[in-house]
Amino acid sequence: MATDLTVAPPVAATEKLPDRKIKQRPRWLAHTVLILGALLMLYPLLWMLSSSFKFTEDIFSQTGLVPERVTGSNYPDGWTALPRDFDHYIWNSLVIVVGSIIGNLLACSLAAYAFARLEFKFKKFWFAVMLGTMMLPIHVVIVPQYVLFSELDWINTYWPLIVPKLLATDGFFIFLMVQFIRGIPTELDEAARIDGCGHFAIFWRIVIPLSVPALATTAIFTFIWTWNDFFSQLIFLTDPEMYTVPVALRTFVDATSQTPWGPVFAMSIVALAPVFGFFLAGQRYLVRGIATTGLK
Amino acid sequence: MSSTLDVSSRERPHDEAPPGRGHDAPRATRKKSGRLAPYLFLAPWFAGLLFITAGPIAASAYLSFTDYSLIGSPEWIGLDNFERMFNDPRFYQSLKVTFIYVVVSVPLQLAFALFLAMVLDRGLKGLALYRSVYYLPSLIGGSVAIAILWRQIFGSDGLLNQVLRFIGFENPPGWVSNPDYALGTLIVLNVWTFGAPMVIFLAGLRQIPTMYYEAASLDGAGKARQFFQVTLPLLSPIIFFNLVLQTINAFQTFTQAFIVSGGTGGPADSTLFYTLYLYQRGFGNFDMGYASALAWFLLLIVGGLTAINFLASKYWVFYGD
Repeated sequence: MATDLTVAPPVAATEKLPDRKIKQRPRWLAHTVLILGALLMLYPLLWMLSSSFKFTEDIFSQTGLVPERVTGSNYPDGWTALPRDFDHYIWNSLVIVVGSIIGNLLACSLAAYAFARLEFKFKKFWFAVMLGTMMLPIHVVIVPQYVLFSELDWINTYWPLIVPKLLATDGFFIFLMVQFIRGIPTELDEAARIDGCGHFAIFWRIVIPLSVPALATTAIFTFIWTWNDFFSQLIFLTDPEMYTVPVALRTFVDATSQTPWGPVFAMSIVALAPVFGFFLAGQRYLVRGIATTGLK
Repeated sequence: MSSTLDVSSRERPHDEAPPGRGHDAPRATRKKSGRLAPYLFLAPWFAGLLFITAGPIAASAYLSFTDYSLIGSPEWIGLDNFERMFNDPRFYQSLKVTFIYVVVSVPLQLAFALFLAMVLDRGLKGLALYRSVYYLPSLIGGSVAIAILWRQIFGSDGLLNQVLRFIGFENPPGWVSNPDYALGTLIVLNVWTFGAPMVIFLAGLRQIPTMYYEAASLDGAGKARQFFQVTLPLLSPIIFFNLVLQTINAFQTFTQAFIVSGGTGGPADSTLFYTLYLYQRGFGNFDMGYASALAWFLLLIVGGLTAINFLASKYWVFYGD
């Protein structure tokens, strides 16, 4: 990241033209604005983190970040507050997340290879269809999907959440990988073809190993989106045994009129922690992913 | 699904074998395999199109003309669902709520995104850190945990009101429980996630050659003039891209409204987002025919808005040469 910066300091060059004093002041101003803005943006998150170590009655009287009385009991309390311990819900989420990642990596890269490297009839048409599905709100197809999955007796199983990923329905990732594969020199394919490789060998031995950055972006985004997803999990998983982390969290604020905020915040932190982890570990891929495709 | 994948991988070696066998005459055989290969690679995607995306769109078109509650078979009732829809005050309420949300939050979000991208795009030290901090809310803004946090912060005894009381406001309202303000709290939440469009703006600003600014400033253009004459026109394709994307995203908002209102869309239907109403009809009342009609209408709105955006873009988006 930092190297990107030093390579291309976009406005720095022009700022040498005007007076030095003018240059200094906006910098200070910029840093002040940025730091205040960042604090304001992060305050709710930091406050939630600190509140997860406060007694519930203190949460409503302390706006500060340092708890006056610290308690560690919110975490064990929250962990065991629902019919099943929280690790049960984490496990359910993980199964769906891992299945989705595998599905997206396999199916989207296969489709992307076809769009980026192969010639076939109506390719432009199908590509346009694929781009169209990227814009398709899930709410438009959820009813027939529900009918289909209940016919298959898949409601309250992991399948309705994993199978669509195995069928390359996340057009964003196909698009991301098409863009990436187009950047790989075709000379490599040619060389492999002369050595007797077919399309699948070229895909598997040349394109996939060279597409690792795009695959990493796909995996990280799939993790975060699936982990955070609520709508489809709420619809397809109605049996408390099958609840995932978001659906379980929701029952916290739903079931009780008096929300136990301490434990709720503690489990919210548990729910957010993996996202933070992936964010810190995979920032480079995330930023690249958004910049090329506009993912959220 | 896994069977589809198995089939394609089982047949593929088949398909590769000929070129490997005859080094001298691979051309003809490769042509043959070349014709089939794309469809093998696309097999999962085609299946997805059939069962998960395009197929269900067609199915929901059919269901929208029926009365169907999952039990028994759909009963054809013609245009009844649509007639009901256009006489349904909650349908209009949900449209109103969603439109206000989109029209207010998306421009605000993009304005913040562009402003901060411009502040960051000056070779400041610590850019990577700032960018990460501002981007983080985009990743978690749609999660249940954040919606729960929002519900506390904007509750009558929540964080915001504690701060307001501390600085001297006597009776601050309970923001999420007051129909006048509940939607506002969700708009704030959406604006909070301006980091994603900001990162896209930053990438776009980097593409603008500095020589344009040099030329403009030699011609005596001040910062403001440079912004309107250089930055905005050259950035307009990216602004357009962000506008389309964030509009579509905002239209699909569900989780935040569901959690903050406890699934009701309340108080007094003030956070009854379109998708939330669709959920209530379809999965609360199992009124699948009516929900399909609502779904189709949503598709028309999102498609129509995207088309309008594209048409209007001719007048203000500047694609260089």
